[in-house]
Amino acid sequence: MGQAARPASRRFYDINGWCFVSAALALIAAFMVYPICQSLWMSLHSGQGTVTEFVGLGNIGRLTSDPIFIKALSNTFVFLIVQVPIMIVLALVMASCLNMPNLKAKGIIRTIIFLPCVTSLVAYSVLFKSMFSYDGVINSTLAYLGLISEPIPWLSDPFWAKVVIIIAVTWRWTGYNMIFYLAAMQNIDKSIYEAARIDGISAFRRFISITIPMLKPVILFTTVTSTIGTLQLFDEAMNITSGGPSDSTLTLSLYIYNLSFKFVPNFGYAATVSYVIVILVAILAFIQFYAARERE
Amino acid sequence: MMINWVEKIRNALTYTFLGVMAFLSLFPFGWMVISATNTSTDVTKGKLSFGSALFSNIGKFAEQFNIGLIFWNSAKVAILGTLFTLLVSSLAGYGFEVFRSRARERLYQGLLLTMMIPFAALMIPLFILMASADMLDTHAGVILPLISSAYIIFYFRQSTKAFPGELRDAARVDGLKEWQIFLFVYVPVMRSTYAAAFIIVFMMFWNSFLWPLIVLQSPEMKTITLVLSSMGSAYFPDFGVIMVATVMATLPTLVVFFAMQRQFVQGMLGSIK
Repeated sequence: MGQAARPASRRFYDINGWCFVSAALALIAAFMVYPICQSLWMSLHSGQGTVTEFVGLGNIGRLTSDPIFIKALSNTFVFLIVQVPIMIVLALVMASCLNMPNLKAKGIIRTIIFLPCVTSLVAYSVLFKSMFSYDGVINSTLAYLGLISEPIPWLSDPFWAKVVIIIAVTWRWTGYNMIFYLAAMQNIDKSIYEAARIDGISAFRRFISITIPMLKPVILFTTVTSTIGTLQLFDEAMNITSGGPSDSTLTLSLYIYNLSFKFVPNFGYAATVSYVIVILVAILAFIQFYAARERE
Repeated sequence: MMINWVEKIRNALTYTFLGVMAFLSLFPFGWMVISATNTSTDVTKGKLSFGSALFSNIGKFAEQFNIGLIFWNSAKVAILGTLFTLLVSSLAGYGFEVFRSRARERLYQGLLLTMMIPFAALMIPLFILMASADMLDTHAGVILPLISSAYIIFYFRQSTKAFPGELRDAARVDGLKEWQIFLFVYVPVMRSTYAAAFIIVFMMFWNSFLWPLIVLQSPEMKTITLVLSSMGSAYFPDFGVIMVATVMATLPTLVVFFAMQRQFVQGMLGSIK
């Protein structure tokens, strides 16, 4: 109606529209679109510092024969395959516990479990580094409880270092995912549960056959975001273990950082490694998009 | 009778499980506070009781670093960054929703795609860009590339759908210009949306690490996360002092979280609605 009242409505809409969105578009163009294109162009070059030469797809060949890259890629996948499922299941179980109708102290427990999400990645990484030191509080507590006879070399053993990273990331993000599940569970119609209860279906079966299917879109969303997050893991690997021992916790992002700012910089090759993350993220986003579409 | 017992056991198990989880969640916080009062040797030995080294830890921290300046740097980056992000993103979210056109709708779709771009793929070109613009080692260089967030624009556009069109029409009849409607009608009406976005973006800036690590080099520019990281990676880290720094780095976000918990969760969930 208001539109029809103005003769120059279309022009009026256009001028105002562009004015409102122009700042954001300019920033996105300068700091997202331009760099991502630049990155692609750089990945076709190789060399040290500013002296580079065009190598075409040569960097991709180098990727396949670079043991450190393969190590970083496989570490990232180990983190993904182990950490994401543990966290999702834990968050789901906690959310369904908190969703029980006559639970007391619900709000306090929810806040406590969410609290780790408020800490900065660097702060909690440093915290975990101190807790998992050789004589640290974790080892001394485990020894006190009689669970271990000698200290576990958490940070100096390739296997245990990975375990520490997984524990740390799980501590930081489980509550975050739980909040999404809890919100989705509260939208499920209570009468479905009532009907199932009257039919004598056990709580476990209700969880498997009602809660999980109803939560499928949210579970998919959190799985994809968690996976994307893990693909970009940097702060923890940098601050807890510095990627060590012997590159056992090196992640792709940390390797890119090392290639660009720690070793003699090879921006071209680093850009190639970064495009591996871009492609992996794109595949995941595509899966999510496709699955979301199938739903409708 | 049977049902009652099953119910009781289930309740007991649930409380135990949640209790253990709550304990595990809180333990590192307790450890952080306790350790801030202990000497480095005690921290690495896993001492679980309060010590008397708090003031000497703070003293040592103040000796090595200019605490006030570090805090000022972090606060400056976080507050300016957040204000600019909110301004730019809410303008865009409002613009995309209120003044629709086919061209802008296409751009919006493209904009949403940028959400997928991992930062690792941007950091090298951004570093080169900042170097050529002579903005390395400046706070503006940290803030500027982080302002444009497709996620926050999306959040504002989604929230704008709830902004009543009658208010806008009434304001137009009253002769207000479009920017005046935005500033004097939209912003006050949407303040809870702004509050939610404020917390999310503030935490993102306050906790940011990788990009400041690349841009900021001189000690007098560094933010608390950078200082904390370099303390932690020292050859002989002094964990007592580190814990004091960790408490200081965590406190502001904890305060913001407890002051605005409801809006925080609302902002987080805004992305999937």
